[in-house]
Amino acid sequence: MTTPIPISLEVNGERIEAHVLPRLNLVDFLREHLQLTGTHVGCEHGVCGACTVRVNGEIIRGCLMLAVQAHGGSVQTIEGLSDSGEIADLQGAFRERNALQCGYCTPGMLMAAQDLLSLQAVPSRAQIREHLSGNYCRCTGYQAIIDAVETTARQRRSRSA
Amino acid sequence: MKAADFAYARATSVDDAVALLAAHGGRAKLLSGGQSLLPAMNLRLISPELVIDIGGIAELRGIAVKGDTVRIGALARHVDLQRSPEIAAHAPLLKEAVTHVAHPAIRNRGTIGGSLAHADPASELPACMLALDASLVVRSKTGERRIAAGDFFQGIFQTALSAEELLVAIELPMPPKNSAHFFHEFARRNGDYAIAGLAAQAKIDGGTFTHLRLAYFAVGDRPVLAGAAKVLVGKVITVALLSEASEALGDELDPEDDQQASGGMRRHLAKVLLMRCVATLLGRPELAGGAA
Repeated sequence: MTTPIPISLEVNGERIEAHVLPRLNLVDFLREHLQLTGTHVGCEHGVCGACTVRVNGEIIRGCLMLAVQAHGGSVQTIEGLSDSGEIADLQGAFRERNALQCGYCTPGMLMAAQDLLSLQAVPSRAQIREHLSGNYCRCTGYQAIIDAVETTARQRRSRSA
Repeated sequence: MKAADFAYARATSVDDAVALLAAHGGRAKLLSGGQSLLPAMNLRLISPELVIDIGGIAELRGIAVKGDTVRIGALARHVDLQRSPEIAAHAPLLKEAVTHVAHPAIRNRGTIGGSLAHADPASELPACMLALDASLVVRSKTGERRIAAGDFFQGIFQTALSAEELLVAIELPMPPKNSAHFFHEFARRNGDYAIAGLAAQAKIDGGTFTHLRLAYFAVGDRPVLAGAAKVLVGKVITVALLSEASEALGDELDPEDDQQASGGMRRHLAKVLLMRCVATLLGRPELAGGAA
């Protein structure tokens, strides 16, 4: 058995010190060690996007990053984004437009959509599709998700205008 | 699935990394962005005893112009290539190709060095290296050597790297004046593996190619530099000449069948890419309709 390795990182603004086995993925660390179960585990090989979280401000696959690789970094999960109110409007738009059914993909979708909106104020529908192309949704058929992201982008622009 | 148990070492410098490789060689795997290695480990396709994390080595980062070459550190991520002014100015082919690699969350982690060392025949960057005539700089405990892109890729997931070598940088020659590029791939979905793709780099003078490198991917066990390009260099391009090149291309490619496409379909798509490439580069849309 390999020995656990000490890591120190920030998760949703809170300093975390832990000892983890090298094989532990970041998403399993968040879910099982920190009980942050908003981030979901889907395919575990980088295809589905359910485990999308932010590390040092950028979205990544939580299943394709080891917890030891997050040492010294800053992680934000869907709980962090929800609690801060950063994506309250986006979540509202998802709810209003029925952009979720079972909800399994939704945390990852929200992370990826917010990432796009932070990079580009008013993306086209094609750009929204491209940016969300790595996030699978098996319920909605995507149209409603694109609608919700587009609506949020427009609302944010008119608010800031 | 979860990866099997392994030991983990965080390399602090290139010297440290190559010393670890010298000691553990074939039982170890290098981890940079992990976007190919970790899926393979999670699927238990590979189970290295030791993972050497090179992700924190500062000297492997950065993209810089040095004299007449562009030097890209092995840890440059896809997103770094996408945003680099040096790449935009001197290797626009690479900038365009990167947008076809997977998805934003993966491009934020995946590195050029990792992609090249992984050597997936369906991936974009190895073909770009051939098109751009890149040199790959590799280091081991005994020293440094440069490997031409054409010699580096040796088969499916096979490269010229020995188990003790670390890819440290990529050097691209500065493109001459009147250079142009073309990139296109056929894939079922944005960011998916290509069914067939083409990365091309050309020099065009007075409507003719004075230099043309056509690097295909996903049509063989490694990226393929098409010899058919020779047919098109230094000549006025006609529909007949393009058909001749297309036939030569069909003869030299030997793509395999898989669940995505038959070999025959891949060969056909490679010819379609040739037509579109030549038509686009020369600004002659009438050539795109040539018999594939």
